[in-house]
Amino acid sequence: MELDLTNIRADFPILSRKVNGQPLVYLDNAATSQTPTQVIDVIADYYQQYNANIHRGVHTLSQEATDKFEHARKTIQKHFNIPKSNEVILTSGTTHSINLVAFGFGTLLDPGDEVIVSALEHHANIVPWQMMCERSGAVLRVIPMTDEGTLDMHTYAELLNKKTKLVFVNHVSNALGTINPIEEIIKKAHKTGAAVLVDGAQACGHLKPNLKKLDVDFYTVSAHKLCGPTGMGMLYGKEKWLNKLPPYQGGGEMIDEVTFEKTTYADLPHKFEAGTPNICGGIAFGAALDYMNSIGFDEIESYEEELLDYATAKLNQIEGLRIYGNTKHKTAVISFNIDSLHPYDVGTLLDKMGIAVRTGHHCAQPIMDYYKIPGTIRASFAFYNTKDEVDTFVNGVQRAIAMLR
Amino acid sequence: MTVEQVQDEIIEEFSLFDDWMQRYEYMIDLGKSLPLIDTKHKTDDNIIKGCQSKVWVHADMVDEKVVFTADSDAVITKGIIAILIRTFSNQPPQDILDANTDFIDQIGLKDHLSPTRANGLVSMIKQLKLYALAYQTQLN
Repeated sequence: MELDLTNIRADFPILSRKVNGQPLVYLDNAATSQTPTQVIDVIADYYQQYNANIHRGVHTLSQEATDKFEHARKTIQKHFNIPKSNEVILTSGTTHSINLVAFGFGTLLDPGDEVIVSALEHHANIVPWQMMCERSGAVLRVIPMTDEGTLDMHTYAELLNKKTKLVFVNHVSNALGTINPIEEIIKKAHKTGAAVLVDGAQACGHLKPNLKKLDVDFYTVSAHKLCGPTGMGMLYGKEKWLNKLPPYQGGGEMIDEVTFEKTTYADLPHKFEAGTPNICGGIAFGAALDYMNSIGFDEIESYEEELLDYATAKLNQIEGLRIYGNTKHKTAVISFNIDSLHPYDVGTLLDKMGIAVRTGHHCAQPIMDYYKIPGTIRASFAFYNTKDEVDTFVNGVQRAIAMLR
Repeated sequence: MTVEQVQDEIIEEFSLFDDWMQRYEYMIDLGKSLPLIDTKHKTDDNIIKGCQSKVWVHADMVDEKVVFTADSDAVITKGIIAILIRTFSNQPPQDILDANTDFIDQIGLKDHLSPTRANGLVSMIKQLKLYALAYQTQLN
């Protein structure tokens, strides 16, 4: 089924605004996606109708807010095909989710244990593990990358051994758009007894992962990458793992009984949800999933692939332009440079033309080091972008080149 | 010329342009006239932090006036540092310390003045003033 772009775009008020006097062309969706009216309305409705603290109140508003928040948890569970709703931990986002696991997993490690990271990671899926290794004495191993921006799976197989306790990779690379072969990564890790955490921040707005089928041990999501609000996200963890990990933060909500002698912790998921959660954010997260499912992930995936092919072909006609990450298996992200031009210069001029792209190292410095570049220009597309916008963008790049060369 | 006179001169030059493209093209041209930093000073120590592109700055004192040289790997950044250096170079350190930089606003580059902008204009101004402060301390 074709997407109805006119109606879809009408759902996003921000897409009709102007930037620097020009119609906005928003191609920074890998950084954050835009928010449709359907989600904005839910946020406004929460504050206008039933803003209250949840789980403990006896009054009506509190009960309404609790019901909606827990309903959102169920929506998230269903969307990602998560076996149990208590395996859905609502967090502030992927960074929080990863830190939560890294903090707890470190207590299960002995000096000399090994953990494996990939070369294609965002800093959020590198630094918390380095901190965990410092605390636990575990050793960090790296799956190298290839020229086309994929993982060297041969070396991965060699890195796995009996000492390997955990593997963490992203589902999709934020800097290049590469979709990693996580099924294979998970299967191989499980064969040697290692657990796997998949960072789904860049996948969740474009693909619909089936977590039960993947048999992944941990999976993380940020709501703002899928038309939801910032400061909201999810950690999925298999119940057996979540029960093994100690609580990450102490506070209200996460306790069973508190005395000064000893405190016992609440059951899942509350054990990991200390303090008043982002109630409105959680409800809006559920609304964002409802919205995206109403459009359909199969439709989104095939349309975005069409946009990617169209934009890639157009950009490849520009002399001296090099795209980083050339695997066929990627989301609609194009990371590129133009021979001697600095990405910052190109990005600044595009902004003057109303075109929003990201420039820099995209919080993935190891990838930039691999290609020996300071950064790239990254255009990342969403289902609400159009081919006309791709044309405006490509013309903009050509104008920028003419000014800078 | 005083710092203020140079700034007025720059404001007048930019007032000739009525769209952003011309302003940016002129800024890129100004970058080409930047007094380039000697390669031996183009070290990591001389890189200004807070810029998405690399900016190197060096300062000497000649006849009690500060002389700046610089370079950048991005041409727009090079234009920005060139404008700053044109106003500050060959000036007594105290005058540099006292100078305000509101003229940036008047030449249509106000959006570059926000401290959160990745171009690091604010860091550049701070670094140039730090050099001036160091030389002023020597004079005292």
